[in-house]
Amino acid sequence: MGKKIVVETQELTKRYDGTTVVDHLNLHVAENEVFGLLGPNGAGKTTTILMLLGLTEPASGTARVYGFDSTREPLKVKRLTGYLPEKVGFYDNLTARENLRFIAQLNNIGDAESQHQIEQILEAVGIAEMADMAVGKFSRGMKQRLGMADVLVKKPKVAFLDEPTAGLDPEGINQILDLIANLSKTGTTVVLSSHRLYEVQRVCHSIGILSKGKMVVEGSLDELSREAFAEGRYRIEVETAEPSPQLVEVLNKITGVRKVEAKANQLQITTDSDLRAEISKVVVQSGVPLIQVKIQAFSLDDIYMRYFHEG
Amino acid sequence: MTTILRKELADYFTSIRCFILFLLVFVASAFAIYAARQGIFEASLDPGPIFIKLFTTGEDIPSLAEFIALLIPVIGIALSFDAINSERSSGTLNRILSQPVYRDSVINGKFLAGVVILSIMVGVTILLVGGYGLRMIGVPPTAEEIIRLFIYFISAVIYGAFWMGLAILFSVLFRNLAVSLLCPLAIWILLGIPASVFNPYISFIVPAITDSIGTALMLARLSPYFLFQEATMVLLIPAWRGWGLLTTSTTSSMLLNPLSLDQSLLIIWPQLTVLIALTAICFAISYVVFMRQEIRST
Repeated sequence: MGKKIVVETQELTKRYDGTTVVDHLNLHVAENEVFGLLGPNGAGKTTTILMLLGLTEPASGTARVYGFDSTREPLKVKRLTGYLPEKVGFYDNLTARENLRFIAQLNNIGDAESQHQIEQILEAVGIAEMADMAVGKFSRGMKQRLGMADVLVKKPKVAFLDEPTAGLDPEGINQILDLIANLSKTGTTVVLSSHRLYEVQRVCHSIGILSKGKMVVEGSLDELSREAFAEGRYRIEVETAEPSPQLVEVLNKITGVRKVEAKANQLQITTDSDLRAEISKVVVQSGVPLIQVKIQAFSLDDIYMRYFHEG
Repeated sequence: MTTILRKELADYFTSIRCFILFLLVFVASAFAIYAARQGIFEASLDPGPIFIKLFTTGEDIPSLAEFIALLIPVIGIALSFDAINSERSSGTLNRILSQPVYRDSVINGKFLAGVVILSIMVGVTILLVGGYGLRMIGVPPTAEEIIRLFIYFISAVIYGAFWMGLAILFSVLFRNLAVSLLCPLAIWILLGIPASVFNPYISFIVPAITDSIGTALMLARLSPYFLFQEATMVLLIPAWRGWGLLTTSTTSSMLLNPLSLDQSLLIIWPQLTVLIALTAICFAISYVVFMRQEIRST
């Protein structure tokens, strides 16, 4: 673990009227990573984010962003973080540009500097043509994009995005996901909450699954999928024209191969590491026509459902 | 904070709400000028400076001072009753508070913007009435009268600030706009109506509670409306002797010559202090509640 942990919570707990919403949560997000906070409705995702931002006081435990305590030093945390709320609101009487300029001013970004930046950001989120329209006339999806722009304006070190793609059309979702992926490349750590697994799988490096305020599982995506299904191993599927028993034998001899099962013209190989190159070489050398080799990927759906069945 | 102040001011200037309030203020000044026109001749026979009588004379219609005392709470409440909760319901509050700004600077910025608007409204009214009045009576104000008017202006703004502080407090406490509007209005009526019937004397209204004028006066002085009325009278009618503990014997031997400026100030100083203190109390509660409040968009 050479990576620096920039967002972390320790035994973070929050209660509302006696109900524990977030329960002794421990969470770690490494620098420049996209972290997906998953969980069903009411799992405590939003509350966790609010506590990390210092907008809500925890009952016990600490939340830290870049080492600053979110409860004690909220201003320092807020200087580093950008936040896209679930239900994002703007001043309806102001234009998109004015709304962004206001946020830039609150962050003490000079007008000259912000002006140029705002143009770029509006372009990036795809609402440049509506920049001078009053936000009151914006559709839900456009507001969501403006919300993304709002986060980008202050160039945060950490961006907290609460359901960033809610209410967007497929094209919009793609754009936002691309933006998120880009953010992590340009030195911003992203924490996003969602219950759309496909999106999380597309952009997140690691995930944490929350259920009833508890962290059920936390880790990088491939680690988790392997842990969940193949006891820490890879599964490689090989499709050939006509599998032969000899081939199975040869494959078994490759170091790292644990098990080979033949089913019709498919071979299921369990390995310790990604051996696709070696396996295809062996298959081709044995003279059997190779149709395809693929590593079995588990969709997050499977992982998610599995943890929820267990938990 | 200046950023929020600037934005709020810009919002106010472009809002219909402000336009209507300005309209109201203009109508009030027009009435006041008309009232002064009716009563100024008679009033000018009394001792004391004439120019400031423009602001306190009226025959059948209330004078400007009375208008202002009635209007300012309305303006203050109308400007601020939705300060915090409208931001909360539109989802902008959590966006702003996730920026590096102190929570109190949000309240302060909004409050100051309201005070600026209120000052402009009151200032414009006083200047309008003063200007037209000057044309009408042709008696220029003395330096002392100008200072009196200026202090009156300041105390009117403080009075308005109290109502704004109160309205902001309710906008922090309640998420519902209707509730946060009705609460300060209810308080205004509760405090304003009894005190506004100060003629003839407050003991008439509260005989059940007390038969001493002193106690009645003390009770009435709980009301910011009454405090402001007193301050107005002392400032603008230098010959006025107040609703103090004046017995018939003292009144009969009293000279009705106007008080000097410093004596007037001495009299109203407690009133102004209490007004400022009341505003501060509203603020203190607002701060404390707001600091600890959950900021959720739902």
